[in-house]
Amino acid sequence: MREFIDGAEAIARGALDAGCTFFAGYPITPATPILLHMIRELPKVGGVAIQAEDEIAALGFCLGATMTGARAMTATSGPGISLYSEHIGLAIMGEVPLVIVNVQRMGPSTGGATTTAQGDIQFMRWGTSGGYPVIVLAPTDVRDCYRLTGHAFGLAERFRVPVFLATDKDTVATRATVDLAAYERFPVRERPLADPAAPFVPYRVAHLDDVPPLAHVGGPHLVRFTSSSHDERGYLTKNPPDVDRLNRHLAAKIEAHLDEIALVESDLQDGAETLLISYGITARPAQEAVRMARAAGRRVSSLVVRSLWPVPETAIRAALAGVRRALVVELNLGQYRREIERLARGEQEVSGVHRVDGTLIGAREILSEGGLA
Amino acid sequence: MAEALTTYLNEDLLPLPFCPGCGHSAIVKHLDAALVKLQLDPRQVVLVTDIGCQGLTDRYFDTNAFHGLHGRSVTYATGIKLVNPDLKVIVLIGDGGTGIGGHHLLNAARRNLGITVLVFNNLNFGMTGGEHSVTTPPGARTATTRYGHLERPLDLCATVGVNGAGFAARATSFDKNLPDLIAAAIQHEGFALIDIWELCTAYFVEENRFNRTLLERAMDELGFSTGILYQHDGPEYSQATRAALSDQRGKPTLPPQPLEPHYTSAVETAMHCAIAGAAGAKVGSAAGIFCQGAILAGLWATQRSDYPVTVKTGHSVADVVLSRDDAFHVGTTPPDLMIVLFAEGLHKERGRIARLKPEATLFIDAALLPVQTAARVVPLDFSGTRQKKEAWAMMAVAAMLQHTGLYPLDALREAAALRPAFAAQNLAAIAEGVALLARE
Repeated sequence: MREFIDGAEAIARGALDAGCTFFAGYPITPATPILLHMIRELPKVGGVAIQAEDEIAALGFCLGATMTGARAMTATSGPGISLYSEHIGLAIMGEVPLVIVNVQRMGPSTGGATTTAQGDIQFMRWGTSGGYPVIVLAPTDVRDCYRLTGHAFGLAERFRVPVFLATDKDTVATRATVDLAAYERFPVRERPLADPAAPFVPYRVAHLDDVPPLAHVGGPHLVRFTSSSHDERGYLTKNPPDVDRLNRHLAAKIEAHLDEIALVESDLQDGAETLLISYGITARPAQEAVRMARAAGRRVSSLVVRSLWPVPETAIRAALAGVRRALVVELNLGQYRREIERLARGEQEVSGVHRVDGTLIGAREILSEGGLA
Repeated sequence: MAEALTTYLNEDLLPLPFCPGCGHSAIVKHLDAALVKLQLDPRQVVLVTDIGCQGLTDRYFDTNAFHGLHGRSVTYATGIKLVNPDLKVIVLIGDGGTGIGGHHLLNAARRNLGITVLVFNNLNFGMTGGEHSVTTPPGARTATTRYGHLERPLDLCATVGVNGAGFAARATSFDKNLPDLIAAAIQHEGFALIDIWELCTAYFVEENRFNRTLLERAMDELGFSTGILYQHDGPEYSQATRAALSDQRGKPTLPPQPLEPHYTSAVETAMHCAIAGAAGAKVGSAAGIFCQGAILAGLWATQRSDYPVTVKTGHSVADVVLSRDDAFHVGTTPPDLMIVLFAEGLHKERGRIARLKPEATLFIDAALLPVQTAARVVPLDFSGTRQKKEAWAMMAVAAMLQHTGLYPLDALREAAALRPAFAAQNLAAIAEGVALLARE
């Protein structure tokens, strides 16, 4: 069944189909359409959606709601992510599963409200104090907006961590023909809950990379939750072994499972000298450039990264292994190229096609700037 | 019924960690007494604490505890209460938190959200070194007002009271009736706040030779009354929200609007059509109908939009790509077809018009000519039309379709009638658009 919908509607549908029951947001271009969809739709499934007094409150509401049993999502753009910063940290520290949609617009600061960009790629990863990991998924089109929103909820529950959906103005505001029912979906993942009959220790894990089950405020257990360094009981502590174990756990639960989170589309060609690496909206012209280059008889490989953070290192290394150089296509001045350079370790030449004038990169531009024309 | 609880404190963890003489210890004991009086199920009680010394208190209570960032306690309480209105949500916040989190406090009061806010108001920042807060009285010496404080303190009760709080009271930590007052606040259905004045023996007492008598005198001099200052019943926000939304429950969410192809199209390779016009002139709507018609003709369509932050002024551009595959074309190639209407559309697109290839076709309002372009130009003369400017984009799309034969006009007509409220005017615009071309 074909439909004509935009990315915002696809994200709202993905959230509803993943069991979202709570949404709080603050109006901001170009993320507002998601707020409007959720305000209209969530009451129909018995959920609550609310316009908060500011972005700090929006994410604060989501944190309280999730710990009380909701599946929460919020949506904003760069200036809003700036205000989310402290609560992203709290979501990491308290291990709160939730989904944050970032509809990227031109920065810095208010930048260009209706102008597309991919300028928050490093910001989403390092956007709060401490430096602990989050998960960032990047949809490449309207179909992905639907699928990856559902997947974001699943990963949030699996790892008890905030999961970003890194979209942009053009991915969310562009309408496209879709056939949602025909697409492969990620399964809806239920939230693992603590055994109601057994004693509950909020942050007890057997292994550092385990994820403790949640108990909801108002449920059978007393729940302790804190923004401060805590022991497994959720009590504030400065005791070095407890603090060390907590912080290593926050990293290990993500970093020991890189391959489980990795989501890439590898289209590698034997004998190709060049690997085009792209994500989000730039994946489309990049894939078009690959098609055009191949049609002209050139051998070229493509890697579309849908899980930007944690960096899918295994897949990227495998794609780099066969080529002489990598070309990273992005609407910033080389934010993800840094990660590729780190993985290439000088064995491949890494360069980029970058654009920060608010317009999209075209396939022909990739071919000419990348020396593939 | 289970045996009555004699305390909600975890006695294994006592004593409390506060300085000798600090008012916090007294308030904690009064809160415990209030909970004992109410005999609430500890699992139905949530203590939400803020930053500062009062943020250390939740660990001593065997209730649910949520400790977060400075000034944001009210936001967590809001999320908790909205999801489970049955819970007793008690926010413990310092005077510092009421400053940095004043926006949240004000909005929770304005909503009359059913939470209880106990302000541990010791007139300064006790944890970070005795700096002034929004409640520091004038003339007071603090670490950041070395030469005397010049600012008027925030009247917390009046602030929340005049903005909708159902219950606001002021007290001191010395008041013997504080347990009863706290119990009354917790039992109040709507937003309740108690501004509890107390002594910070680490800083404010030392800096200002302060004591209970001077604390009470300071309240008098400011005209800050004690006791219950605001009390009224009104709709509690979390319950009012549920009531207001209840009739939506069970309705279908975002029902699909299927577009089953039953026409055919001559389009083989991807066709990029840019439609440029003015905001408010329904350029996006016309482009959307053009896409829906294409989908009915078996094509895959994308529509990317460009617009300024203004609403009904400035340009509006839609880049439409029609193709035989679902590759999510976003229109970065030079347009094969272009429609340009209104001065705003021309102003925005002069560059692309100039770069159009000779095999491209430009459909343009004749009044905007001449333009510099290599493309074939099809002028559209709107001078004789009675259609409003809001219909011109739809007219131009119909003319372009008639001229190019990309897909049948009947598919466009069917798409134009998908929204019944707009069907008649869209169909009239299509008819006149086709006629417009015939006149050329």
